[in-house]
Amino acid sequence: MKKDRRDFLKIAGLAAVAGIGAPSAFGSLLRGSDEALAAAPAAGGEEAAKSGKRLGMVINVRAFAAQPELAEKCTEVCHSIHNVPDFGNPKDEIKWIWKDKYNNVFADSSHYKRPGGLAEVPVLALCNHCDKPPCVRACPTKATFKKSDGVVAMDYHRCIGCRFCMAACPYGARSFNWRDPRGKDENGNPFIKTLNPKFPARMRGVVEKCNFCTERLAVGQIPACVEAVAGTGAMFFGDLNDPNSEISQILSLYYTVQRKPSLGTYPSLFYII
Amino acid sequence: MIEKALTGSKGYWAWMIFLLAIMGMGGMFYTQQWNYGLGITGMSRDVTWGIYISQFTFLVGVAAGGLMLVLPYYLHNYKEFGRITILGEFMAIAAVIMCLMFILADLGQPIRALNVMLYPTPNSMLFWDMIVLNGYLFLNVVCGWAVLHAEYKGVKYSSWVKKLILLSIPWAVSIHTVTAFLYCGLPGRHFWLTAILAPRFLASAFAAGPALLLVVALIMERTTFFKVGQVAKDKLVTIIGYAAIINFFFLACEFFVGFYSNIPGHMHTLEYLFWGLSHDGHVYNNLVPFMRASVVMGIVGIALIFVSRSKKSDGLLAASCVLIFLSLWIDKGLGLVLGGFVPNMLEQVTEYYPTVPEIGVTAAIWATGFFVLTLLYKVAISVKLEKES
Repeated sequence: MKKDRRDFLKIAGLAAVAGIGAPSAFGSLLRGSDEALAAAPAAGGEEAAKSGKRLGMVINVRAFAAQPELAEKCTEVCHSIHNVPDFGNPKDEIKWIWKDKYNNVFADSSHYKRPGGLAEVPVLALCNHCDKPPCVRACPTKATFKKSDGVVAMDYHRCIGCRFCMAACPYGARSFNWRDPRGKDENGNPFIKTLNPKFPARMRGVVEKCNFCTERLAVGQIPACVEAVAGTGAMFFGDLNDPNSEISQILSLYYTVQRKPSLGTYPSLFYII
Repeated sequence: MIEKALTGSKGYWAWMIFLLAIMGMGGMFYTQQWNYGLGITGMSRDVTWGIYISQFTFLVGVAAGGLMLVLPYYLHNYKEFGRITILGEFMAIAAVIMCLMFILADLGQPIRALNVMLYPTPNSMLFWDMIVLNGYLFLNVVCGWAVLHAEYKGVKYSSWVKKLILLSIPWAVSIHTVTAFLYCGLPGRHFWLTAILAPRFLASAFAAGPALLLVVALIMERTTFFKVGQVAKDKLVTIIGYAAIINFFFLACEFFVGFYSNIPGHMHTLEYLFWGLSHDGHVYNNLVPFMRASVVMGIVGIALIFVSRSKKSDGLLAASCVLIFLSLWIDKGLGLVLGGFVPNMLEQVTEYYPTVPEIGVTAAIWATGFFVLTLLYKVAISVKLEKES
């Protein structure tokens, strides 16, 4: 009898410990996205963390329709300052920001008889700096992480090159260094045309992506792509949580959409179509 | 005990040297990959995992399949499996070693692999996969060796071994569940985003693992005095047959959900795998012959394995096990991982073809697995035959 009671107490104690531990253990599985857990699930990705800084971007597709050359300009300036190599083939391709077709960037939105020419308009695609980034959840080494300002950043020196983040990203925003980006092709031309010494070139075997120009933000500049199209009203950048920021004004003025909002990633990129 | 592996017939040595030759060849290809980068493989920006990760996924199943021998013997005291349980444990060792090698071969920066332990990240399923795979390897090495060594010494194994064996039973389920969680928790990858992925993995594991084991055991019956025993064979037929049937039932469920719901994302990959996906005026179908062959081989294999039991035909049994194994290897070792990347996240299609160095490294890792397996089986069979004679 006595022994039974002791066993019972043991089991009860263990159960209590498990009961306390289980929710926090489950919570730790979902880390990397904890802030946004409070957001309303029905909001379909428009709602997000309401406190703290959350940097975001608005891309005005109408402005790019009026001046299609702007898109190329964004890619060029970004790829040159970030030492993004050009291997000249789609298999090894690395890209941080690129133009794609509307049908591909917004693959799940349907527009039966689209308004004239939308299919031909260059639409910029880049990392969405999600408020609940699946890549951060998947990374086994915290080599990709979310900063307190909302930027999803990468540590190229910690990345083991498992490419789990590439499988996890629903936007195809990530690229892998399949070969040495600092190398040269058969004709002796370097893959990085002119090396920018102010930003690290990557090494073979790591993943990379748009970093929202976090190195420029640190010295008070805005992202290079936004700067490149300044004055055209094509791109806006700022703190989504600051009600007085320009981007907040734009978001309240225009009807904007996000890519794949139903996935619950809460992208910080908004498009005016 | 290990000395048993150092003596053997000419056939044994020829087989081992053959495997070593493949391992050496693969080592040279891996050197190429080491120097050039993973760009030497067929993987691309769109298809970021290739046959390395798909082999890993399949072999986790082979490792977990050992459970189907350990569980009846140790949990239900099913004596007929007494002679072959050790084969299940040792096959798990070889399979997990292959899994770990395939992961290492797939890493862009393999020398940083320990970062997974230096910066433990419980929100990443890969972190948990590292824990369960290494844990399972440890459990099987310790349990398998301890049990066999006790038999070698003619004593009963210690009681702590039994506890570890019992732990290894749920652990086997965990390795394949966590491996499925690598895939089925990713938003946007509709083909993988299915709650029955872990059950599917387990069903195919419980068929593929014992099927491979039975083929190897039948070969050993021919080449040594080792005997599996007819009752054990018949029981294995039941296990393999029903697990394979459940596997195909799950596959049918996937088809129903995809095509009855008519949701494009849920149909695209299935179309790509079994009929070919039309995109921009081109039909992409490089995996279709394999996937169709997988279904045919699976169904024929299931039918034959029950026929082989009623006819008590070892030849037919081996053939049906090979068919089932190949069917499941294509299903999981090719289609499941590669298919998940088609179409890509922008609904564009890039097809994947492995390169020669990639196939070379893959063959070498398989050869390493068979090398370890042969070594361990040689020891196990020698000990068992010595005790019985």
